[in-house]
Parts: sequence; C-alpha cells; structure tokens
Amino acid sequence: MTRVRRWLPGLLLVAPSIAAIAVFVYGMLGWNFRLAMTDKHDEISEGSFVGLENFIGLWDQQRWHLSVNHAIVFTAVFVGGALVLGWLLAFLMEKGIRGEGTFRAIYLFPMAISFVATGVVWRWLMNSGTGERAVGLNRLLDGLGLEFLQWQWFRDPDWGMAAMAVPAIWQMSGYVMALFLAGFRGVPEELREAARVDGCTEWDVYRRIVLPMLRPVTLSALIILGHISLKAFDLIVAVSGKQIITDVPAVFMWVAVFDSHDPAKGATIAAYIVIAVSVFVIPYLVWSLRKERRS
Amino acid sequence: MRRRWMSAVAVTVAGLLTLTACGDGGGSAQSPQADAAKKVEVFSWWTGPGEADGLKAMKEIFEKQNTGLTFFDAAVAGGSGDKARALLATKLQADTPPDTFQGHAGAELQGYIKAGDLESVNFLYDELKLRDVFPQQLVDQISVDGQIYSVPVNIHRSNVMWFSPVVLKEAGVTEVPATIEDFVAALEKVKQKGKVPLSIGSEWTVVHLLESVLLGSLGTEAYNRLWTANSDWSGPAMTKALNDFKTIMSYAGDPQDDWQPAAKQVADGEAGFTIMGDWAYGYFHNPPDGGLGKTSKTDFDWAPAPGTGGTFMWLSDSFTLPKGAPNRDGAVAWLKVAASKEGQDAFNPKKGSIPARKDADASLYTDYLADALKDWGSNKLAGSIQHGVTVNDAWRTAINEAVGLFQQSQDVAALQTALAEAAKNSGQ
Repeated sequence: MTRVRRWLPGLLLVAPSIAAIAVFVYGMLGWNFRLAMTDKHDEISEGSFVGLENFIGLWDQQRWHLSVNHAIVFTAVFVGGALVLGWLLAFLMEKGIRGEGTFRAIYLFPMAISFVATGVVWRWLMNSGTGERAVGLNRLLDGLGLEFLQWQWFRDPDWGMAAMAVPAIWQMSGYVMALFLAGFRGVPEELREAARVDGCTEWDVYRRIVLPMLRPVTLSALIILGHISLKAFDLIVAVSGKQIITDVPAVFMWVAVFDSHDPAKGATIAAYIVIAVSVFVIPYLVWSLRKERRS
Repeated sequence: MRRRWMSAVAVTVAGLLTLTACGDGGGSAQSPQADAAKKVEVFSWWTGPGEADGLKAMKEIFEKQNTGLTFFDAAVAGGSGDKARALLATKLQADTPPDTFQGHAGAELQGYIKAGDLESVNFLYDELKLRDVFPQQLVDQISVDGQIYSVPVNIHRSNVMWFSPVVLKEAGVTEVPATIEDFVAALEKVKQKGKVPLSIGSEWTVVHLLESVLLGSLGTEAYNRLWTANSDWSGPAMTKALNDFKTIMSYAGDPQDDWQPAAKQVADGEAGFTIMGDWAYGYFHNPPDGGLGKTSKTDFDWAPAPGTGGTFMWLSDSFTLPKGAPNRDGAVAWLKVAASKEGQDAFNPKKGSIPARKDADASLYTDYLADALKDWGSNKLAGSIQHGVTVNDAWRTAINEAVGLFQQSQDVAALQTALAEAAKNSGQ
C-alpha cells in the first residue's frame, strides 16, 4: 500500500499527458508515415503500399527543390540573425544600462505576438513598391535619403527568403536575449575577476571565459530557433499567402493536401519536415542525456 | 500526504478538461432535432459588402415563399472561399453536410461528385424547365455525363480588360486595343510614359491573366478544346500563346498584394491596364466604404481582354444538393429560389454580377452590368481556369504551380511542358 501510494499520484499526474502524447503525437506521426508510403493520391481511393516511391518521386519536382532552398536560406538567415542580435542585446543589457528592466520587457514583447499578427504588419512594411510608389520600409528609406537601399523585399527572386526572415528575427531575438542574459548571469563574477587580474582585456574575458561557458545556452537557442524555422508556415502565409516565390515545405504540404487533394504527397512532405527537425533535435537529446548521466 | 493526493487529482482533472475542451466549439452550428425539419442550413462564403446583402435579399424571398422554413446562414468569411471550402471538406468527410453549399459551377465540383457527396439536380432542371432559361452552352459546360450537379445563381466575367482613359490618353493610345498585337503596342506606349503598363497582383492574378491570353491567342474553339480529349497542349499554337503571355508579362509592374491594389493602380492613374474579373467593377465604382468611388468611363473603363471580343469567359457561383442533407426538402426549396428569376434578380444587382438566366429584368442592370448582360445573351461562351469552371482543383493547382515557377524562370518551354504534364495528370 505504501509503495502504491508512492508512485500512483505521480502516475496519475502525468497520465493525461502520456495518453494525449501517445495518441496525438506518436500515433499521428505513425499514421502520417504510413500514409506517405501509399499511393493514396486522391481523397477517395484506399491507397496501397508503395514503399519509398513518394519520398524519391518528390525530388523530381522543381517546386520541391525550390521550397527546400527557400527553407535553407530562411533558416540560415533567421537562426544566424536571431542569435547574433540576441547575443548583442544581452551583451548590452549585461553591461548594466539604466532601466534594464524596461528594455528587457521591450525586447521580449514581440514574443507575445502571434506570427500571424507579425506577418500581417510586416507584409505592409515590406511592400515591394519603390520610387514614387514606395510605402512601408521603402518609404522610410526614401525619407532617410537612402533610396538606393530600396528593394523588393520578400518578392525579390533571389534573396526574398532572407527578407522573410526579418520579421522572424524581430520576433525571436528578444527571446534569445533572455536566454543569453540568464547565461551571462550564470557566469561567476570571480572567474571574470580572475581573468582580469591575469591581464585579460574586457573583450578577451567575453571571448575566452564567458562565451565558452555559454555553449549549452547557444545550443539550446540553436535547437529552438532551428525547429521553429524548419516548420515555418504561419508567418509565411500571413506575409505572402501561398505563392511560389516564398514557397517552403510546410506551405507546399498544405497546398498538396488541401488544393491538389493529394494526401500521400502531403504526408510525404510532412514526413520530410519531421525528419529535418529530428536532425536538429535528436543529437541535442542524446547530448543532454549523456551530460545528465555524467553529472 | 493528503495535499499531494489532492493536487494530483486536481491536475489530472485539469488535464482531462483541456483535452475535452478541444472537442467543443465546432458544435455550435448544431441544433436540436426538433428544429431540423424547419431549418435550412445554407453554406456559402458570401460575407463581404454587396454579396452578403444579395444573400439576404434571396433569404427574404425564400422565407416568404416557404413560411414553414427558416434560413440558417452558415457563411464562412474569406474571399474566394478558401477557408469555407476547407471547413466544408471536413464536414463532408464526417458525413455531416450542410443542407446546401456554394461552389463554383463546373469542374471544381468534380471532387465532390467523385466522392459521391452530391446528388444530381437534373429533376429540378426538368421540373423548372431550366434548360430553356440558361444558355445552352452553359448547361453543356456544367454537365458531367449528362448529369448536372448545381444550380448557377450568378455569372461573372473573367476576360475583362480594365484601363485608365487618363493614362491611355497621355500615352497617345487612341484606340482601345482589340488584338494582342495592339495590346503589346499600347503597353509599350504606356511604358514610354513611365507609367506601369500592366498592373498585377499576387500569383493567382497572373493565372487569371494567362487564361485571358490563352483565350485571345488560341481563339475560343481551340481554347474550349483544351478541356476535352482532343486537347493540344504541346503544339505550336500553344507555344505562340505562351510566348504572347511572356511578352505581355514583361510589361507587368511590381506584383501587388492582391487584385485590389493592382486595380487601384489603374483607378489612380498609375497604371495603364489590368486584366481582372468583373468583380473589379464594384471595387472601382462603389462608394469609399467598400470601393474606390470612381466614375466609370472617366476614371476607369473596360473592354473584353485583347483578342477575346465576342467571347464571354464565365464563372459562376452555384448551389448544390449534398447527399444526406438533413433537410433535403428545405434544400430543394432553396435551390428553387436560387434558380428563379425573382431570386436571381434580387441577388445579382446587389452582388454586382449578372443572372445566369436569359430572361432577367434588364432594367435592373446598369453601366458595366448592362454591357455584361448584353454580351451574356449573345456571345460565345468559354469557361474560366482559375475560377473552377474548366479544371478541377488538382489541375488548377498544378497550373498555378507552373505559372508561379515561370514567373521566376521566364522559361516558356518549361511552362509548356509543365502545362501539358498537368493536363495529362489531371485525371479529368
């Protein structure tokens, strides 16, 4: 009885989550992979098993290559931009500026907004009109006398996806700042003092002492941003709709399921997204598990 | 110890509540069984200014003629019905269809027909003699193996070229271009003046442009043949049409967010031309609440898209009879109102479209709509691509994809291959 008393409350506590996750996450995942391996290319046919045919066939499609390239550009700019900007903000905060709390709140606020709302505002800001027809950011550049910087933003055929990452950076860099700030505060002042006594410049203190100690924080930030970026859908649809020029796998998946009425193709794309995210997440889980065991 | 138990139970209950909460919300449209005999659930995407008023006018006629029935408006907001159709798909898959739902007449309904969601309404066409009041070509173009699955309420025209008389005058374009060659010459003249020759919106508006260019370049017969077994997507005529499309696209301005900002460029005298369906008329003409409040013939003017004079490229909103409708009699009563002269003449002047019937009261339709009504009665007919008349959803999506990729590559050969491929894979 006492033993039951020990584990039962705990189990009851987590049982709903276990059940929900088993059904709605892993059950659905398994069902999706099964669907991706069938030839159910419309909503009425039953679909029979075809193995990896859909997974290979997708690479023959020009649109798939385009959307993967877009996702790579978006991820690189978004993750890189948010990390650098977040680190910089945290660095400035850490230097103990006046009214730090206010600034912290200001930089964190964008996180409270949904990507859809961000997207609607930035669609207007990133209007592609230039010259006389400039509005939004292009108008701002015009007013500042920087007309030569005006460009097509997300409608630029080559670097449009980099522009698409700007609202995402705007939204998430505050969060990265908070992560780094916590990390900075976790570095004992004695260590820095010791380094300074040994003749370290302030820059070297950060480079050789603080940064190496922030590796776990950087890694967490990388994982969180990376998986958000690979799944990006709401922001892109809110900014540009389902247009080819800003196509990414998640949007392609939606079009495949709801417009082309091709469930198997949609499931295949979804499977690729899951795999891409796992490439980020699994090494991290393994790494943190090992670290836990060591400590 | 006891407190731990209590908190465990509390959290478990909270967890269960969140789980069950997900199931709620969608059920608000349901009503008690007793009501079901009287209530007719009409599913549409008419929520905007004009169209919602038109729906209300039809509702009043419906409830006056059918005193035992009440109209239940299950409209879902969103321009071309994207969101409405996503919701409808889930309702149909769960076998809980509305009593009747809106759909573009033509091939767009094929998915529903193949899935066995729709009942043929031939009996209504016989009973109400609708074959005599709708144009013969319209009935032909919406029939699938002799069966008709919807009742068209209104007609819109897709192949309309809107232009700014001010910009044209300034550029020295004296005659409204009637052929594709004249059109390209006019675009060039506007370009010389530093104005946007042709304004476009997001990618679907470019597909909308493509259908008018195809119709103008191939001619009506060849265009209508594209949707039959004798189609020729790979031939030289199509190559020429697509090259025309490329030439015209080279005069396009920066893509706008959607068709409204593109149309506004014309109304504001920034752009010379835009090719858009005749819903643009309401936007140009209506007072500033829902439109731009411009004066027709001075601020904006119209003509058939170049090379398409004498042909009416149509699209139509229609109502259907889903299998297993909870209130089939009520749905049939609604379809009768939607098909009637009275119903169509109440709805269309408000929506800014023309009735599908040939016997409409012409005095109700003025300005642009008078033109459209005249052409509807006399022109040859062709079905729209982008608006679901000639192609099913999968085919339309493939065409959109091909055109979207073309906008980046400018590769006519690749576009033609992709279009031919799309036609082959359409399963239509």
